[in-house]
Amino acid sequence: MENKQQSFFGYRRENGRVGVRNHVLILPVDDISNAAVEMVGHNIKGTLAIPHSYGRLQFGADLELFFRTIIGTGRNPNVAAVVVIGIEQGWTQRVVDGIAQTGKPVSGFSIEGGGDLATVAKASRKAQEYVQWATELQRNECPLSDLWISVKCGESDTTSGLGSNPAVGSLMDKLGPLGVHLCFGETSELTGAEQVCANRASTPEAKEKFLSTWNAYNEFILEKKTNDLSESQPTKGNIAGGLTTIEEKAFGNLQKIGKKTKFIDVLEPAEEPTSGPGLYFMDTSSAAAECVTLQAAAGFTLHLFPTGQGNVIGNPIEPVIKLTANPNTAATMSEHIDLDVSGILKRELNLDQAGSALVDISVRTANGRHTCAESLGHREFVLTKLFRSA
Amino acid sequence: MITHFIAHDAADTVGVVVVEKVEAGQVATGWIMETDETVSIKSLVEVPLGHKLALTDIKNNDTIIKYGNDIGRAVLDIPKGGYVHVSNVKTKRW
Repeated sequence: MENKQQSFFGYRRENGRVGVRNHVLILPVDDISNAAVEMVGHNIKGTLAIPHSYGRLQFGADLELFFRTIIGTGRNPNVAAVVVIGIEQGWTQRVVDGIAQTGKPVSGFSIEGGGDLATVAKASRKAQEYVQWATELQRNECPLSDLWISVKCGESDTTSGLGSNPAVGSLMDKLGPLGVHLCFGETSELTGAEQVCANRASTPEAKEKFLSTWNAYNEFILEKKTNDLSESQPTKGNIAGGLTTIEEKAFGNLQKIGKKTKFIDVLEPAEEPTSGPGLYFMDTSSAAAECVTLQAAAGFTLHLFPTGQGNVIGNPIEPVIKLTANPNTAATMSEHIDLDVSGILKRELNLDQAGSALVDISVRTANGRHTCAESLGHREFVLTKLFRSA
Repeated sequence: MITHFIAHDAADTVGVVVVEKVEAGQVATGWIMETDETVSIKSLVEVPLGHKLALTDIKNNDTIIKYGNDIGRAVLDIPKGGYVHVSNVKTKRW
């Protein structure tokens, strides 16, 4: 089935990337700046404050991931402009400089030496200026190849593997050839299907990189686990939905990358892809909010989230489109479900038709239609932490 | 005709119930997606939506096949038409 849409309306940014939202972000560098950030968010209507829990005394690879995530969130093309607030000047400036490379407006404010109130007064004036500037920006028609789409499933059940995940796979097989950037992750939830996944690499180098990434994660789990992990993988929700083992969950999970699309490279968590259009695998946790936060920080602008039992996740800057093939979930949690593909189970809808319906709702969402998660205020912004702080 | 369960691959030894439930003793109709074949199995127990039926006699320690792939091993004998879940199947990982 052919889709009519060949274009969408988005905000082309200073660096050429295209956003599907137009947020003015109020971004804390660290946990203790959350209060000031939230005050600015309350003062200036139309801003988006995203408090988080970290940013102090992290070090090494954990600190690098922290900066990559915070800076990447500000760099995302769904963000028009950013006000950064941190406790001290050094790390605040590091975040500002990282975001400024995109050419978008960004200003930093540090609290030490002035206190919350004076800082909030200055930051609020800048935020107001940014909102008035950003609200005059117009959407322009852009080719679908300007879309960057990430995927992650959650509260999966057997209907995910039968319907909603293959519907995402169908979308990938339709949009991959058009030059869309695509991303999947969930390193731990490919366990059992890792060899089948590795064979979907487009080059021997990408295959090798995937297997070494998966092996490293698996060794970490084997080292830290205290039982056979069946308490958390599959989750209680997965088991209630009929999923029995991690292997069964993994093969269902892998349906999301379709039948034809091959991945061209493997990304570190929150790493911005630089190898051009195509499908990327990102090394992520399988916890929904952590995974989507990392994908958004890598620059992905639209997220597809198939669910079985009914995960309710959203993200502050990357719209999360939810679909389900479970008829009970579609009926009992309809306010969370953007696309119902339960017709697949009744053989009323084939996977190609479901994929086309998903392309359609994706383009409409890119054009500005709010997702269920956006309308319900789901803004889960969750940083991945690699190890404890100093 | 109502499809009561679906199997992904012709080699699969389990099928997923896609109606509200299959009753004990019911002859259930299944669709094999890979081959577009229609099969029927007498269900020995009630199986709810999303849960699995054994499509063949499965012996203790046999590999369970779904998506044409290994998804774990039986830890009990499971008769054809029996219920397949965490009580009689375990992961081979972890």
